[in-house]
Amino acid sequence: MRKRKEALKALMFLLPSAAGVCLFWIIPYLDVIKRSFFSAVSGEFMGFHNFRTIFENQAFRLAAGNTLRFFGVCIPILVTLSLLVSVLLTREQKYLQLKKSLFLLPMAIPVASVVLIWKLLFHSQGLLNHFLSLFSVEGVDWMNTEASFWVLIISYIWRNLGYDVVLWVAGISGISASLYEAARVDGAGEWMCFWKITMPNLMGSLFTIVVLSLLNGFKVFREAYLVAGDYPQQDMYLLQHLFNNWYRDLSIDKMAAAAVVTGAVIMLLILALQRAWAKEA
Amino acid sequence: MKKLWSAVLWLLALICVFPILFVAAGSLMGSTEVKELLGPALSGRKGYVSWKLFPQYPTLKSYVELLVDTPGFFVMLWNSVKITGGVLAGQLLVGVPAAWGLARFSFPGRKAVFTIYIALMMMPFQVMMLSNYLMLDRLGLLDTLAGIILPAVFSTFPVFIIYRFFEGLPEALMESARLDGAGEWIIFWKIGIPLGSPGIISAMVLGFLEYWNLLEQPMAFLKTKELWPLSLFLPSIDMKQAGGAFAASAVVLFPALMVFLAGQDYLEQGIISTAVKE
Repeated sequence: MRKRKEALKALMFLLPSAAGVCLFWIIPYLDVIKRSFFSAVSGEFMGFHNFRTIFENQAFRLAAGNTLRFFGVCIPILVTLSLLVSVLLTREQKYLQLKKSLFLLPMAIPVASVVLIWKLLFHSQGLLNHFLSLFSVEGVDWMNTEASFWVLIISYIWRNLGYDVVLWVAGISGISASLYEAARVDGAGEWMCFWKITMPNLMGSLFTIVVLSLLNGFKVFREAYLVAGDYPQQDMYLLQHLFNNWYRDLSIDKMAAAAVVTGAVIMLLILALQRAWAKEA
Repeated sequence: MKKLWSAVLWLLALICVFPILFVAAGSLMGSTEVKELLGPALSGRKGYVSWKLFPQYPTLKSYVELLVDTPGFFVMLWNSVKITGGVLAGQLLVGVPAAWGLARFSFPGRKAVFTIYIALMMMPFQVMMLSNYLMLDRLGLLDTLAGIILPAVFSTFPVFIIYRFFEGLPEALMESARLDGAGEWIIFWKIGIPLGSPGIISAMVLGFLEYWNLLEQPMAFLKTKELWPLSLFLPSIDMKQAGGAFAASAVVLFPALMVFLAGQDYLEQGIISTAVKE
């Protein structure tokens, strides 16, 4: 009886949100899953035909490959760099808040307001090449060669560094100071403290930070799209571009199948994340 | 050695903020000065683009031209305000009670609901793009601002953030209020909202930065130019009008910067709350 009453109360608070979530997100997505097994034109049941089509599709292979490669390169760089910054930041309490603000600021900057700067930065006669030329380094045609891949990486790191720093700093400040004191008394150096105390205590945060960084990574499309448009140089052609282009052509079969495949991969990641959380608790 | 690391850190921090400084400087330059600096990119002249942090002849001309002579700009600014304001207001109305319901009561299926909410909040837009389109089409909301605002109102992200903060409140507080005869709504209003307000503000700060910056949805679902938010206007400016573009960029940047400065503590708490284990 009490249980039913409590469930009723919860429902009262939850209902408006749950109804909207079903209407706008869940039901339409279930519809898309259904569609991925049918033909959009004839309405016939196709089995896995749509899935086979996308896996044989050149553009899909290119985009999926680039997206995987993008994550494979940028996540290790971001996670390591942000950890390094966080360790250095927390060593010195002076101006800690100010420095953290500076690192976090890019997260707040609307993409639209830096498009112009990005265009100037990566132009073949642009600022970055100007800077390189000061050290007599040959400039690179960033937007039209395979260097375009690095435009993505740079944009991503720039925007997400502060986010990861905040997460690491939270993890580091959760480590008891007495651990370090005891280690110092025993004669441990700074390097030793990092490997024997800081790192082991942060392993729990590592997985969470990696997954969150991955999911934030999909937004790099905003910079990529605004700087380079629908069909950028092929090394920066991501799954997000492909979805966008299929959407414009209304290739519903392919979009449905790709939405199901990508959704399933992300769902696996999220479930793994939840398991990791449960283990820690 | 320590000094060296400190210097490296400051250098990295400066790299993070340079775009803001560049935009600010560019918006205060006259168009001749901008053209001179950008010459190599604009006209294919030899040499490299260069930039200054301090304009030679600072002027507000670009701002005046933008705000006085570009009526289209105001329409889009207003659209951005409507989208951001509408989404945040809706999220408050729907999301705060939902977070309370999830955090304070136990009921069958609670774990499943929670998992679905987390999954939805983490799905990139592209995965949901087709389903979004089909649903908006069926409801006749394509090419309307409501079609951008409504799905975002039911985003599960703010529910999750606020949930984290509600969850931490001690149950004894609610129990004693119940003993005093307070109903569930009163408890929610008088105890939940005041004590959970840091979470609510965190969700709003993160939400503002997200929706002020919204790009994918309007690009996909709004055909009518008069409905576009600013994030679609800026990229359409030609490099040749670079002076005005910098002023427009600065105007877009300003509210986001203010929210960031005012709400930074909440922003950090919000970010941390996405990563703490359940």
